Amino acid sequence: MDFQGDANLKATELRLGLPGTLNEPAKQSPPSKSSKRASLEIYDESSSKKRETSSSDVDDRDSTAPPTKAQIVGWPPIRSYRKNTLQPKKHDADALGTFIKVSMDGAPYLRKIDLKQYKSYPELLKALEIMFNFSIGDCSERDYYMGSEYAPTYEDKDGDWMLVGDVPWNMFISSCKRLRIMRGQEARGLTCL
Amino acid sequence: MSENNHLHHHHQNHCSPSPAETMSEDDEPGRPQPPDPGSKKTRNCAAVHPSPHPDRVLEIVLEHVLQFLTARRDRNAASLVCKSWYRTEALTRSHVFIGNCYSVSPSRVTARFPRVRSVAIKGRPRFADFNLMPLNWGAHFGPWVATMGKAYPWLERVYLKRMSLTDRDLCLLGDSFVGFKELELVCCDGFGTGGLAAIASKCSQLRVLDLSDTEVMNDGVDWISCFPEGETCLESLIFDYVECPINFEALESLVARSPALKKLRLNREVSLGQLYRLMVRAPQLTHLGTGAFGPSEAQGASDQEYDYASAFSACKSLVCLSGFREIVPEYLPAIYPVCANLVSLNLSHANINVEQLKPIICQCRKLQVLWVLDSVCDEGLKAVAAACPDLRELRVFPFDPQEDAEGPVSEVGLQAISEGCPKLESILYFCQRMTNAAVIAMSKNCPDLVVFRLCIMGRHQPDYVTREPMDEGFGAIVMNCKKLTRLATSGLMTDRAFAYIGKYGKLVRTLSVAFAGDSDTGLKYVLEGCHNLQKLEIRDSPFGDAALLSGLHHYYNMRFLWMSSCHLSRQGCREVARALPRLVVELLSYEGNEKMDDGAVDVLYMYRSLDGPRNDTSESVTIL
Repeated sequence: MDFQGDANLKATELRLGLPGTLNEPAKQSPPSKSSKRASLEIYDESSSKKRETSSSDVDDRDSTAPPTKAQIVGWPPIRSYRKNTLQPKKHDADALGTFIKVSMDGAPYLRKIDLKQYKSYPELLKALEIMFNFSIGDCSERDYYMGSEYAPTYEDKDGDWMLVGDVPWNMFISSCKRLRIMRGQEARGLTCL
Repeated sequence: MSENNHLHHHHQNHCSPSPAETMSEDDEPGRPQPPDPGSKKTRNCAAVHPSPHPDRVLEIVLEHVLQFLTARRDRNAASLVCKSWYRTEALTRSHVFIGNCYSVSPSRVTARFPRVRSVAIKGRPRFADFNLMPLNWGAHFGPWVATMGKAYPWLERVYLKRMSLTDRDLCLLGDSFVGFKELELVCCDGFGTGGLAAIASKCSQLRVLDLSDTEVMNDGVDWISCFPEGETCLESLIFDYVECPINFEALESLVARSPALKKLRLNREVSLGQLYRLMVRAPQLTHLGTGAFGPSEAQGASDQEYDYASAFSACKSLVCLSGFREIVPEYLPAIYPVCANLVSLNLSHANINVEQLKPIICQCRKLQVLWVLDSVCDEGLKAVAAACPDLRELRVFPFDPQEDAEGPVSEVGLQAISEGCPKLESILYFCQRMTNAAVIAMSKNCPDLVVFRLCIMGRHQPDYVTREPMDEGFGAIVMNCKKLTRLATSGLMTDRAFAYIGKYGKLVRTLSVAFAGDSDTGLKYVLEGCHNLQKLEIRDSPFGDAALLSGLHHYYNMRFLWMSSCHLSRQGCREVARALPRLVVELLSYEGNEKMDDGAVDVLYMYRSLDGPRNDTSESVTIL
């Protein structure tokens, strides 16, 4: 979508290319396990969730090398009906379909998430909190993100930036193109609406 | 095309003669009696009738002898002896296997083999299962059913793997083959419940309907109700991955009126309570796929609590158990009564831990085939190793198939299995970490290995302990496992690993490579060394044109070569196409890349063909 001169956008892009074509050290094995274990000590229990990689994975590597944890099509080689064992998903015809980019102000790189994995706003927000290691505080219907330094926003189909939480969940996942977690002054403005 | 009753179909034990038919191109006044092993008539065929021409005697003898030749490699060898043998073999072949549907046209097959009863056809290459192939690439059953419908009215069995069929194709199948008995569709797609309904209603002799791993679109047709009323000949009904709701009452009635039913594998729409009702109607089952193995959501607490264990006890012949798609582990003890006799157990959808596995596995002394999820952990695999000395095949699937997930199984589990299961022949093992030492141990402890597929899910992962590449481990496998025919590699691998494979993997027919190797040399080693290589699938590895060109001497002997996201250029592929005119060289492009003409190739898929390039390609396919 927007390669706004930010090389790190490519890092989390879904692609089929060979590792090595993006300054990725093909032979150098990322010491993922050792750095992950280190990160388990540094961070609290939220890092021990099995699915999350923590930001310290990237810190261990060359700053120009993107994390090698980008989603790769068809890897590991598991047939679609074996994935998502918890969800009765019928067809996985479009493997690239619902992944959207998530950026957080101040974070050096973006992430990607699959919106279909979540069934509600609280689930999504919780996952984002873990992913970027921040706290969004209470999310109540009337006082969104009250008292929080952060505000989750999304870009919809029309290109407008909206506050997450206004529309019904299903409408949200079908219109959300990307997420941005704002922080600081701008965010406080939104949270005091 | 009239039936020649003289033929001895390998399923039948005898057939009656019919005076008007001839067996070969030559007209013959008299013919010997039908082959009946042990009958004197076969041996004295010349004496029973007026002596046939001497040449004919030899052919007649050959015809009788060839009946007993069922293995296709033997038949292929026989057909190469001389023209007479070629002819006779062609006339007596009742089962045809087509390894690559585009290697030969349907009409060529029907022209050469006029008396076929059973056909097996394979379409897409395996990497298509992982979304690496553009949609609508091909492998259509349509042309085959159209041609065979006219040529083989007596066709009884069709086996298809990775082909696309339409509802119309299935209708045509049902209409064309009066005595149709067995339909097996593995990893197929393109049709819906309407097509199934056509089969159910038109094929009154149907014995086998096997839809393993096949996608069926939910058109809302109640196909289960389309089976004819009254007793059916059904022996096998397999629809475990058909993701459509089914009419349970119709299914129950079908099972009740199918006394020959031995194999029943239900989809996950079938709840535990419904399973019970089916089992009590079919205690003669040998193969059972249990469906959800949990109460249905709709019924919830009101589900009657059956004595599930008694239903299992009643199935005294049960040897193969699978399903457990949405398991409620509390119900697992119900299967205890059958464990002692189980030969095959598939728990690969059951998210159970080692404590839940142990009580089952320790009773499965006869188990030969086990599929599990890695949720059972290394400890669970140790329990398997301790309990199942006869294990021949093990598959360990990842509960969380991501590169960076926690890995509950590791080299520890592999080592344990190798020590407890020396008869192991086939293994598929997904893990997050592995060591060369464990792989080497397996190569030594399990010399009977025929299939070794290791998937270390993190790309380029080295030996977890030594941080070295996995070269030595895979090298040991090809060196020590002398019967190895199928190998899938993973983890960090240098060209050295391929040197080992080329040097020692002389029997390897199928090789899967992903994210491996340093340079063209790696692939060269394989193409030059693996003389029996039939299927080579490579992705995301640094092999280029020079490597590709080093295999020219071998490509005609292969079923296919797949290379995606490697370092190939159009120029290099064109050179291959020029050098080998009978090779169909397909370049596939992923969406968005069609316009890119920088010469880089997304996917190369090539295979030999007797009938030239196909004409059913989509936009994403270029044939050089």
